[in-house]
Amino acid sequence: MNVNVIGGGPGGLYASLLLKKSNPDWNITVYERDPADNTYGWGIVFSDSTLSALREADYKTHQQITNQFIKWDPIDVYYDGEYIRCGGHRFAGMMRADLKDILRERCAEVGVEMHFDTAIDDPKALAAESELLIGADGAQSVTRETFSEEFKPRITDGNAKFAWFGTEKPFDVFTFIFRENEDGLWRIHAYPGRKSTFIVECTEETWRNAGLDEKSEGEGLAYFEELFADHLNGYDLESKLYGWRNFPLVENRTWYHNDENVVLLGDAAHTAHFSIGSGTKMAMEDAIALYEGFEEHPEDEDAAIRWYEKERRPAVEALQKASRHSRKYFENVERYTNLDPQQFVFNMLTRSGRITYDELGIRDREYVDEFDRWHARRSNGTEAGQTVATPPMHQPLSLRDVTVPNRAAFSPTPSSDATDGTPSEPQLRRLTDLGLEGVGLVMTEPVAVSPIGRITPGTPGLYEADHRDAWASAVERTRDRADGTTLGIELVHAGQRGATKPRTYGLDRPLPEEDAWELLSASATPYTSSSQVPKAMDADDMERVREQFAHAAELADQAGFDLLQLHFGHGYLLSSFISPRTNERDDEYGGALENRLRYPLEVFDAVRTVWPDEKPVTVKLPATDWAPNGYDMGEAFTAGTRLKERGCDLLTVVAGQTTANDRPKFDTGVLGNYCEQIRNEVQVPTMSTNYLTTTDDVNTQVGGATADLCHWYPENVDVNSL
Amino acid sequence: MQVGIGLPNTLSNADRELTVSWARKAEAGPFTSLGVFDRLVYDSLDPFQTLAVCAGATEEIRLSTSIIAGPLRSNAMVAKKAATLDVLSDGRLTLGLALGARKDDYEAADSEYRTRGRRFTKQLDELRSYWEGDEIGPDPAQDGGPELLVGGSSDPAFKRVGRFGDGYIHGGGPPRAFAKDAEKARAAWSEEGRPGEPTLWGHGYFALGGEEQAERGREYLLDYYEFTGPFAERIAEGLLTTPQEIIQFIRGYEEEGCDELLLFPTVADEEQYDRLAEIVGNEWAGE
Repeated sequence: MNVNVIGGGPGGLYASLLLKKSNPDWNITVYERDPADNTYGWGIVFSDSTLSALREADYKTHQQITNQFIKWDPIDVYYDGEYIRCGGHRFAGMMRADLKDILRERCAEVGVEMHFDTAIDDPKALAAESELLIGADGAQSVTRETFSEEFKPRITDGNAKFAWFGTEKPFDVFTFIFRENEDGLWRIHAYPGRKSTFIVECTEETWRNAGLDEKSEGEGLAYFEELFADHLNGYDLESKLYGWRNFPLVENRTWYHNDENVVLLGDAAHTAHFSIGSGTKMAMEDAIALYEGFEEHPEDEDAAIRWYEKERRPAVEALQKASRHSRKYFENVERYTNLDPQQFVFNMLTRSGRITYDELGIRDREYVDEFDRWHARRSNGTEAGQTVATPPMHQPLSLRDVTVPNRAAFSPTPSSDATDGTPSEPQLRRLTDLGLEGVGLVMTEPVAVSPIGRITPGTPGLYEADHRDAWASAVERTRDRADGTTLGIELVHAGQRGATKPRTYGLDRPLPEEDAWELLSASATPYTSSSQVPKAMDADDMERVREQFAHAAELADQAGFDLLQLHFGHGYLLSSFISPRTNERDDEYGGALENRLRYPLEVFDAVRTVWPDEKPVTVKLPATDWAPNGYDMGEAFTAGTRLKERGCDLLTVVAGQTTANDRPKFDTGVLGNYCEQIRNEVQVPTMSTNYLTTTDDVNTQVGGATADLCHWYPENVDVNSL
Repeated sequence: MQVGIGLPNTLSNADRELTVSWARKAEAGPFTSLGVFDRLVYDSLDPFQTLAVCAGATEEIRLSTSIIAGPLRSNAMVAKKAATLDVLSDGRLTLGLALGARKDDYEAADSEYRTRGRRFTKQLDELRSYWEGDEIGPDPAQDGGPELLVGGSSDPAFKRVGRFGDGYIHGGGPPRAFAKDAEKARAAWSEEGRPGEPTLWGHGYFALGGEEQAERGREYLLDYYEFTGPFAERIAEGLLTTPQEIIQFIRGYEEEGCDELLLFPTVADEEQYDRLAEIVGNEWAGE
């Protein structure tokens, strides 16, 4: 078989080596546009699992590679004058140039033909004379661009600027340095090698402030040598091809083109941010999979190539997902600089979603013990040292005079068997039953502030003295048996989503006309195509509903609840004002965000006024509409800030459902991500509504400053039953 | 967890005798439901009519369309067919719906492929309206309509589960693949504010009786899923060919919280049924 390879990097060379070794009769030719001894990168990093794959694939190169390895396992972080080490991560690294030397020699040994200084301008012509063409020509792949119709690449650039440097200064472990100067915050990713790698990353703004867009190479290097003089200890920085780039995330619809037998490999097919592990590792794993494909299907190129993509894609996509989180973290580090160094580092270590609290404990027990002690000191507001501290989930949280004893919360979904707003016995019993499970906070399901504010005819309410007495009895029962659990009530006006059937029938199924009631909303637009058309609220309606919220708050206080939550999300009444998709008003309550927030904030103020000062008020706030031209994170930051200014004590972050035709994401971390961004951008405590089922999830989110409280769905408790 | 069995309706030599006897035996045997698949441009039997015949031949076993491509058919037609089958089976229908990924099916049905997602959402909404309304009868035997399972593994699919479904029907794969999607279905359910938990159904393929049968099964899967490209091989690799594999598969699904697991034949002969029934009946003690 006649195989041509474009690109003489580790991926292209390793694939050639493996294929040639196993098929000595094949003609394999590598074309590399640069000279043989030229390499732009510095060090590369491997993990343990890659190593065993290399060993299987070609023992000789494995030996040569591992002989060159420098191994280490801690990660060191320098931030805000503090130094924190976390061990157990197991890395191995070497110089990219050395790896290429090893691979080149071995390729020559098995008979791969290599042409350096040879650029392929016309991959199509080369493909025509190949039985297999391997595009291993990097992130800027010409092969990929030539066949872009087939591969359908998508390339998105990151926001941050970065540049690679090398230095003789020995960094002995992975070292992250975060340093602020007059120009902004700099992030350094440094790691060991024959020479150390030293990557500088910053926001575009910082980059401009420092004048790096105009500085020469010499000036640029001098700037960082001075700024990081304490870490470089007088060693110089070196640059091979000085330049600042934005990280390109490369994805392709497919990695092979059957008609021409072209296959992409390494960065040409997919990139992953430099902060989570090198592209070299992925390229070499690709090479192994491609070779294995031909071992599995020796007589059938199409099947072999398909096998390669099938084998690699799940692993690559998982890594790219983690890479995306990691990149976003590094692009937005400024958001986290209010965190204490201990939490800053924990947040950084768990950023990609691959490492959790428990996982860190396995890697470095001492580090986690120290973190637990720090977290316990902070949560208890004392400096007193503890020898052994319980994990973050079990630390208290103070909101005004109320202390939530731990960080897990139960918050059940709407149920439907109340009568005229009076909660049913099962609804009340649920509060008590959940209250006995030991979580810090038990919320009620959404409770309506008026008859027409009910979601279904069976939605419980709080607008009559009878309702108050019923809730009060449940609160008392719970306190008798579980003193210390914080009890919260969530107040809602269903607005456009009112007058529906119980949710066992599906969401938003309208009641038959004869059973329905008139609905109110910001505008006269129905929630779904089959929903009833609501009335756009006039001034009287707004005053009345505001008073209903305040009245319900008074009753809630009388019933003995510790905490009150207002529902601003999910398309209910207050949400219909906030979202530009449902608010079509042309008065002072419509239009710009400040106007759309006006009425919900008036309701908040009215409630805050009657609700006792010593008790917290929280708001369930949407992070995004998940819809084009909708409310988004930028608006959520503003809304959160306004609420915080008015005395809101915590935000419960939800997303979507503000319109029925939203496009939600059910990625298991997505609500946590929104929650984390709002918490750290607005500097307000948050509750995560992510579907968390384990204590590890809760510890990771609370520890990493994603949330201060977490909705929790442990396996043994049916939080949503009824 | 309960275990159901698929009918051979997409296998080319399934005739009346095989189908009806398969259904009758299943009712008596260890299985709790019968499943059918849906394919238009293929040598297969229509899923609704296959189930209708089986409804007449059985009394108690659940009948499930698992999975049919909803938007391939008009909404009113699906509503009527499903309601009819529900009435004639005395409330035994579980309607499993998903998008269907075969372009040629859509072309042959004269139904637009590109807009099928949007149309599917509308279809799910309208199905309930037809069943609840009086315009198009019959009223389904089950209150509010047949049990409705929604399939797929994209974000919009999970939203449909939360919004319209009584549960989620997974497309197949090893237990860990099921577990991943089941977790998302539960998350969607919870995040959309539905009470309780979604009912979860899973799928598997089997070919028992030796290497020759296994090879026939694999060939069928490669052919049936040819349109998915490399993915077909992954599906074929997952074919269950020994009693041990079947038991492990069943246990795996049970551990991941599956409520009903449907095992589909890939070879159409009665012996396949008997072999599976023996394994499930004797070696796995389910609910």
